[in-house]
Amino acid sequence: MGRIVLDKVTKRFGSVEVIPPLDLTIEDGEFTVFVGPSGCGKSTLLRLIAGLEDLSSGHIEIDGADVSTVPPAKRGLAMVFQSYALYPHMSVRKNIAFPLRMAKLDQAEIDRRVSNAAQVLNLNDYLDRRPGQLSGGQRQRVAIGRAIVREPSAFLFDEPLSNLDAALRVGMRLEISELHKRLKTTMIYVTHDQVEAMTMADKIVVLRAGNIEQVGSPLELYNRPRNRFVAGFIGSPKMNFLEGAEAAKHGAHAIGFRPEHLGISLTEGEWKGTVGVAEHLGSDTFLHVHPESGGETITVRVDGEFSARHGDIVYLTPVAEKIHRFAADGLRIQ
Amino acid sequence: MSRAVTTRRKTINTVLAWGIGILIFFPILWTILTSFKTEAQAINDPPLFLFFDWTLENYAVVQERSDYMRFLWNSVIIAGGSTLIGVIIAIPAAWSMAFVPSKRTKDILLWMLSTKMLPAVGVLYPIYLIFIELGLLDTRTGLVVVIMLINLPIIVWMLYTYFKEIPGEILEAARMDGASLREEIIYVLTPMAVPGIASTILLNFILAWNEAFWTLNLTAAQAAPLTAFIASYSSPEGLFYAKLSAASTMAIAPILILGWFSQKQLVRGLTFGAVK
Repeated sequence: MGRIVLDKVTKRFGSVEVIPPLDLTIEDGEFTVFVGPSGCGKSTLLRLIAGLEDLSSGHIEIDGADVSTVPPAKRGLAMVFQSYALYPHMSVRKNIAFPLRMAKLDQAEIDRRVSNAAQVLNLNDYLDRRPGQLSGGQRQRVAIGRAIVREPSAFLFDEPLSNLDAALRVGMRLEISELHKRLKTTMIYVTHDQVEAMTMADKIVVLRAGNIEQVGSPLELYNRPRNRFVAGFIGSPKMNFLEGAEAAKHGAHAIGFRPEHLGISLTEGEWKGTVGVAEHLGSDTFLHVHPESGGETITVRVDGEFSARHGDIVYLTPVAEKIHRFAADGLRIQ
Repeated sequence: MSRAVTTRRKTINTVLAWGIGILIFFPILWTILTSFKTEAQAINDPPLFLFFDWTLENYAVVQERSDYMRFLWNSVIIAGGSTLIGVIIAIPAAWSMAFVPSKRTKDILLWMLSTKMLPAVGVLYPIYLIFIELGLLDTRTGLVVVIMLINLPIIVWMLYTYFKEIPGEILEAARMDGASLREEIIYVLTPMAVPGIASTILLNFILAWNEAFWTLNLTAAQAAPLTAFIASYSSPEGLFYAKLSAASTMAIAPILILGWFSQKQLVRGLTFGAVK
C-alpha cells in the first residue's frame, strides 16, 4: 500500500516561501511524475514527502497515517538520489543489504532479498565490487536495488537519470517503467525532463514556483493544457504561440499549436514564411520558419523526410481542431 | 634553452629545500649527537661534530637515575586518552556543524578557535585551583581532561573540514535506509572519513605528546609524562648537557618514530580536500 496525501503543505526557507499551500493525492500503485523547470520546488516537495525536510505547515499522510513529524527512516519510503548516494566504503552487496541490516533482519533473509534484487537488476556479477568500480548505469541499478529490497510502500526518485548519458537514460527509463509494472508499488519521480514525464507517468504534476499548474495523465496534459505554461512545457519541440491579430481571429489573447499540428506546403497555405533552419532527423524533419508577418519563429514537425532548406519559401496551415486558445491571464479558453 | 634554466632552477630549489630542512632539523640532530658525548665533550669549544668518543654512558645514567618507562607510559596515557576522548566528543559536534549548520555555526567555530588564542598561563591559576579542589593535581585523569579540552577546538575544526567534503546526500540515503543518527555516524560517516579522522588523531596525539605547559604545571611525580622527564634534567645549578640530551632524545624518540612512519598519512590528511 502507498497512498500519499498532501494536505495544505507549505515550506519556507527563512522568509522565502518555496511551496505555497499545496494539496495533492497520490493513489496507491500510481507512477506520479513531478515535472517543472529548475527551481520550481519539485525536489523540495519530494524531500518533504521523504521527511528529509521539515514541513512549515500542513500534513502528509501515508496510508491514512499522519507522518508529518515522523523521521524519514520510519515512513516506509525508499529513495533513489540523483547522485546515487551509494556508500563508497561498502561493496555492492553491503550497499544493498544496508537498509535490511538497519531493519535488523536476520542474515538468511538479508541474503535472500539481496540475491533477489541482484537477479532482478542484473547485478550478480558485481556484488563484491565497490561503487567506485562501477559505471554510472550500474551505480544507478545498485541505488535502485537498495531501494527495492526494503519493499517500501512507495519509491521516491530524485532526478535519477540526469547523470547518465542519453543512450543509457533511455534504457534505464524503460527499466524503471518495467520495475513499476512488476512491483506495482507507488512511485514518485522528479524530473525536469518532460520526455521522461510523458513516457513514464500515470500522472504528471506540473509545478512552477511551488504551485501545481496542472495534474493529469500525459495525454490530458498534451491535449488539454490548462494554461500557457503547461502548454509550453509539455511536448517536444515546444508548442508555438501567436498573439495579436491572428489570435483575435480565434477570439483569444493567444493561440497555441504544436509543431506536429501544422500542415506544410510549398505552394499555398494560411501563413507564408521562410525556412531558417531545417533539421533532418530521417524519421522527422523539424523546420524553423520565420513568418512573413514577423513575430516569433514557428517550429514545424513533418513526418519523415521533407526536402526544404534554408531560405526556401513555405506555407503553413494549422489544424483547426488542434488550436489551443488562451486568455490574457494565460488560462485555457474552453 | 628554457630547459637548461629549468634544470638550474630545480637544482637551486633542491639545494634550498635541503638547506632549510637541515636548518630546521639541526637542533634535533645536535641533541642526538650530544647525547653520545661525554659531559666534557658536550661543552667543548669549538664544538665537536662527529669526531668524538661515542658513548652510551649518558643513557645508562639517565635510565639508572629515573624510571623512563613510567614517564613514557604516562605520556602514552595522557596523549592517547585525551585524543581518543576528544575525537569521540568531536565527531558528533563536527557532524552537526557540517551537516545541519545553523546561522551561528561559523561563529561557534571561530569562537572555539579563539580559545586557542588565549595564553594558557592566563587560566593557569583558576585551573590549578579547580585541580586542587577536585583532587586532580598530579593525576593522569586530570591531565587527560585538560589536554583533551585544550585540543578539542583543533579536533573539531579538523573533523569539520573533512566532514564538509562528504556529500550530504549519502547521509540522507542512510537516513532513508532506516539508520538512526547513531548508526548513520558509526556505519556511514565515520568509515567514509577514516583518512581524515586518522590524521586528526595523529596530529592531536603529537600535540598532546609535546604539550609541556600543563603537564609541567599540574604534575609532580605520579602523572609526570616525558616532558617533565626532560625538564627534570635541566636544572639551574650546573647543566649536564649530555645527560639532558640523552633524556631529550629518549623523550622525543617515540613520537619521532611515529611521525616518520605516518608522514604520508599526515600529509594526505592535512591536504585533504585541497586537491580533488
